[in-house]
Amino acid sequence: MKLITAVIKPFKLDEVREALSEIGVQGITVTEVKGFGRQKGHTELYRGAEYVVDFLPKVKLEVATPDALVERALEAIEKAARTGKIGDGKIFVYSLDEVIRIRTGETGESAI
Amino acid sequence: MKMLQNLIRALGLMLCLALLASPMSQALAQSPAVAAKAESSADAKADAKADAKAEEKADAKAEDKAQASDPKAEAAPTPPPPNKGDTAWMLVATLLVVMMSVPGLALFYGGLVRAKNVLSVLMQVSTVFSLIVVLWVIYGYSLAFTGGSPFIGGLDKLFLAGVTADSAGATFSKGVYIPEIVFVAFQATFAAITCALIVGGFAERVKFAAVLLFSAIWFTFGYIPIAHMVWFWDGPDAISDPKTLESVTAAAGWLWQKGALDFAGGTVVHINAGVAGLVGAYLIGKRIGFGKEAMAPHSLPLTLVGACLLWVGWFGFNAGSNLEANGVTGIAFINTLVAAACGLLAWSFGEWMSKGEPSMLGAASGAIAGLVGITPACGFVGPMGAIVIGLVSGLAALWGVGGLKRLLGADDSLDVFGVHGVAGIVGALLTAVFAAPSLGGAGIFDYVANTASADYSIGTQLWIQTQAVLVTVVWSALVSLIAYKLVDLVIGLRVSDEQEREGLDVASHGESAYRL
Repeated sequence: MKLITAVIKPFKLDEVREALSEIGVQGITVTEVKGFGRQKGHTELYRGAEYVVDFLPKVKLEVATPDALVERALEAIEKAARTGKIGDGKIFVYSLDEVIRIRTGETGESAI
Repeated sequence: MKMLQNLIRALGLMLCLALLASPMSQALAQSPAVAAKAESSADAKADAKADAKAEEKADAKAEDKAQASDPKAEAAPTPPPPNKGDTAWMLVATLLVVMMSVPGLALFYGGLVRAKNVLSVLMQVSTVFSLIVVLWVIYGYSLAFTGGSPFIGGLDKLFLAGVTADSAGATFSKGVYIPEIVFVAFQATFAAITCALIVGGFAERVKFAAVLLFSAIWFTFGYIPIAHMVWFWDGPDAISDPKTLESVTAAAGWLWQKGALDFAGGTVVHINAGVAGLVGAYLIGKRIGFGKEAMAPHSLPLTLVGACLLWVGWFGFNAGSNLEANGVTGIAFINTLVAAACGLLAWSFGEWMSKGEPSMLGAASGAIAGLVGITPACGFVGPMGAIVIGLVSGLAALWGVGGLKRLLGADDSLDVFGVHGVAGIVGALLTAVFAAPSLGGAGIFDYVANTASADYSIGTQLWIQTQAVLVTVVWSALVSLIAYKLVDLVIGLRVSDEQEREGLDVASHGESAYRL
């Protein structure tokens, strides 16, 4: 089992969610985050004062997948979130030790 | 420190007590008259009507004779009752100016500060407004709008003594009166918004008690004398020949005597407050992190809502300053409309060209700058003059919050000087230019000939306006300097670094605006 964490452009969230649903991913967790990478920030001007905004808004999503689905899930996210411009984000993959469904107590891949 | 805070609270309490005492003292002062009225009405009701007419005739004849024999003894004829339309308009205008402060200015300023300080600014504007309204009726009106010296009025109307529902207030037209009490209320809102405007200069770092004490001192020694110097006169009714014109003028305020034109408060309100705010920004010092940390406005929609309330309220401010409802009121109205639009366009296009993007904050600020610019001119210039004044004011204020601000090096947090000071000065000077009849203006009204004066010199008037501007700048700066120093000694101007970082909402008022 793997935990996939992706940081993407906020307006790409719906496309990524659809792409993941299509390959059979059952659930994702989404957080609104801020950060910077190579894209860097931008400047805002209020009357005479100029401010550099370092941290840009992004969306972070977390998906737990069985091993069989990992490759296709990564491909789906990568394809759906790509614009080709700087700032498209990153995907991180972690190995996942255990999953427990709280309601039933199921564990392992059947709990995903 | 605790003791000093208690002192301020005690002063507030004393003020409340003085308030309680004032109606009593007024009641005492009026009681003989009331008693006399009651007696006469009880005794002489029956034959009063019959006698009254005969008496009036006799009185009138006697007055005529007295006037003929001795022209100096001016028998004051009883003024005609106020016109209901004028009175209604002035009440509405007063209400509009109230709306400019609460909530207009409060929201305009509130949106411009960081989220941790929004309540402190709303609170400062509302409380200063309330405080000044009270001080105005206690002693402000008397010191500003009664005769005395050319620099300050007297105490004849302390606690509004003698100002009743029947008191007549002069306008700018002979034989036209409004209830004096309505004029008192109208002017109260001007004094209050002027003091509230200053808050923008030192927002986000000042002690609440310091704001209140400073406002009371500055109102008394800064606002009142300038209002008296620029606006006080006895009204046009006594003027019939050059001699009476001279005597009426001699009894007026110093800058009025000089012929300074300020229709609705370019000097009295905007330059005055702008300078006081700038001096405050210098003396209180920059906000922690100024120039390094982001201090972007926390809610521009709030700022636009506030700006629009100011915008709409300004029609009461400017057109109301004609004190009656007639054609000149209409002129002031359309000039206000046009200048605000031109200010917005000038700032937006100026910003678009120089910075690459026209911002919403710029548009709102431009409209305010245009409104400030037209304020001293609104009843004197024509609509085409208003276009130029609006455009120049918008561009000047754009420079005021940018190039000039960097030049001055003060952290005038919400640009009181950059917008109100700069556009106020531009407007006061351009009034001299566009009041000229040759440029579509109304010129100067000659109350002897009862028509606009034929000769108008732009140069002469420009010099008079310049003097009025300089007097206001110097006087306001001087009073502000002393007032801030005094407040600093007594209670201290600035909150602690820790409180400033935490935000004034929590540190000074124990509440926060938004729960996330």
